Amino acid sequence: MQMLADVTTPEIEDVEAIISAKDVSVFYGDKQALNNVNLDIPANQITSLIGPSGCGKSTFLRCLNRMNDTVFGCRVEGNITLDGQDIYAPEVDEVLLRARVGMVFQKPNPFPKSIYDNVAYGPRIHGLTRDKDELDEVVLTSLEKAGLLKEVKDRLNATGTGLSGGQQQRLCIARALAVQPDIILMDEPCSALDPIATARIEELIEELRENYTIIIVTHSMQQAARISQKTAFFHMGEIVEVGDTEQLFTNPRDDRTQGYITGRFG
Amino acid sequence: MTDTSTPGKKTDWASPQLLAKVAQRQRAEKRFRRLGLSAIVIALAMLATLLFSIAGKGYSAFYQTRLVMDVTFSEAVIDPKGTRNEDDLRAAGYGGIVRDTLRETFPDVKSRKDLRELFALVSKGAPMQLRDMVLDNPDLIGQTVPVDFIAGDDIDMFNKGFIPRDVPEGDRRVKDMEIAWFDQLDAVGAVKMVFNSTFFTSGDSREPELAGIWGAISGSFYTLIVTFLISFPIGVMSAIYLEEFAPQNKFTDLIEVNINNLAAVPSIVFGLLGLALFLNVAHLPRSAPLVGGLTLALMTLPTIIIASRAAIRAVPDSIREAALGLGASKQQTAFHHVLPLSMPGILTGTIIGLSQALGETAPLLMIGMVAFIVDIPGGFTDAATVLPVQIFLWADSPERAFVEKTSGAILVLLGFLIFMNALAVLLRKKFERRW
Ligand SMILES: Nc1ncnc2c1ncn2[C@@H]1O[C@H](COP(=O)(O)OP(=O)(O)OP(=O)(O)O)[C@@H](O)[C@H]1O
Ligand SMILES: [Mg+2]
Repeated sequence: MQMLADVTTPEIEDVEAIISAKDVSVFYGDKQALNNVNLDIPANQITSLIGPSGCGKSTFLRCLNRMNDTVFGCRVEGNITLDGQDIYAPEVDEVLLRARVGMVFQKPNPFPKSIYDNVAYGPRIHGLTRDKDELDEVVLTSLEKAGLLKEVKDRLNATGTGLSGGQQQRLCIARALAVQPDIILMDEPCSALDPIATARIEELIEELRENYTIIIVTHSMQQAARISQKTAFFHMGEIVEVGDTEQLFTNPRDDRTQGYITGRFG
Repeated sequence: MTDTSTPGKKTDWASPQLLAKVAQRQRAEKRFRRLGLSAIVIALAMLATLLFSIAGKGYSAFYQTRLVMDVTFSEAVIDPKGTRNEDDLRAAGYGGIVRDTLRETFPDVKSRKDLRELFALVSKGAPMQLRDMVLDNPDLIGQTVPVDFIAGDDIDMFNKGFIPRDVPEGDRRVKDMEIAWFDQLDAVGAVKMVFNSTFFTSGDSREPELAGIWGAISGSFYTLIVTFLISFPIGVMSAIYLEEFAPQNKFTDLIEVNINNLAAVPSIVFGLLGLALFLNVAHLPRSAPLVGGLTLALMTLPTIIIASRAAIRAVPDSIREAALGLGASKQQTAFHHVLPLSMPGILTGTIIGLSQALGETAPLLMIGMVAFIVDIPGGFTDAATVLPVQIFLWADSPERAFVEKTSGAILVLLGFLIFMNALAVLLRKKFERRW
């Protein structure tokens, strides 16, 4: 499989890779969850990770911002670089890394605080703004970018957990944007949402592509096909196939990819 | 029954076996509900019995018999020099005035023995009562005014009906003669029952009618402050460290097991530890709220740690991930999000721990807080006692009048406990969160 992965990469070589994973293996205790994964993430593109449940998509995503560090017994091997720098190098501050590589989770998880404080939290702890006016500005533009401002602008002090599921997820996106990351990781951001809210978020992701690099895990083939430029198919802890989204969906090289996208297994 | 599970065959839900099974299940459920209900009824009945018996015995402690007599504040006795100097007024012989008052009210009593009985009609505190009146208002000197004397404890008991008239004279503490005097006063309306403010404002006393719980309440207050100041920060910090930062290894497990064990250690053991540590090694003052508070803090710590850990664990991981994902450090995550969210639970646990400490007696006996202390403690190092120890002391006293004081003090203690626990419930209700 590794051969396959290597073969497919050259096709998108023309775009500069911002993240590059080489031979990444992840273990939870004795259990191996990822086995020698190689993947380049092109800058300012949307990369989607697809694959059957339990194949290691979330695990891979959480390696990219070292969220796995917080999981007891989790061990990461291999090499992941961000802008050419090894993110697992001892001198790297993982807290700062997480500010550069934002994350949106599967289940919306706003803080039980006001909408304003939710968005302002990141800039506050990183000291990104000098005064209240500047902070207001950041909060409003982040909400605007996340397409939530219109709905909440006259209740910024209402609690974030009181919003609808879709609104909460957009609030979480706004919260991630407020830190001004380079990369945003999204782990099934639409799985708890109805089709209309999903469409809004997809629209939003496409808009964000201009300024951010986005990696999204999704269970919806259509979603992957609609929004991403590059797709990686995971299976049993390995990348079976990776390539141009259009090519992967219309003309997969591997039988397993074919089987998965046509719904024969997964 | 076996054939119902064979594939292809339809279950006959109306078959006698299945119906019998349903009936059996319904009977079992009814039986269980009845058992549960009776368990609750029994528990409530016991609680009610306890409360009623204590309240029945204790409510009379909140009232006090007063004997009204005309007192002549003779200038010749109180202030012969006429200077109205406060020190002179303080040192004057008010005992003589009390005796004169009684002699004038009952002119027939002549013999020394009878007079001694007569003087016991009013409390030993009567001279102090007069002194305080004069110090309060020196204009009284030279006047004759009616004064509400606190009755002696035997008369008080008699008036409250605890000493019946119809037993033979030899078997009761109030003699026929005293009853006659009492009746004489009663006949002219000079016997009053008033709210017993002494009980709530004074410290302990050998005289039941002068004894109060304010000293013990103050002692409990200072003790609990020390307990809170020590056990809350240490407990919460330990809980946060153990839950959020400690590596998961054998050593952490060992600590966890030991904390749980400590919570189950009998409180007297903590008293012995306090004695050894704070008195014998650190040489802190004996009987002081400081030492009592430290000792109770040792006892309360495990409770607070356990409750805090449970509250911290109840904060969903998604909140931690949200904060970490934004680039918050572990410490920022713990203090900005986890701690505030678990605070209601932590406070509830703390209040419950403190109310346990408030009701604790045994460890305090070990560090000398069981002494007879009249003065109201004014600080953390003054000799003091606490409410439950005061109850213990009074329950041990032979005087009939201390029985009602004991129950009265228990009522007050129960009041504080109910208040604290209600506060805990209220906090929990108010900040209850659904995720
Ligand atoms: N914290 C953990 N401890 C132990 N094993 C884990 C942990 N998290 C994930 N795993 C295991 O690692 C493997 C990959 O899990 P992962 O969550 O990455 O799958 P996934 O592709 O995201 O699945 P899904 O689509 O269902 O979210 C699974 O077998 C899972 O059981
Ligand atoms: Mg997943």
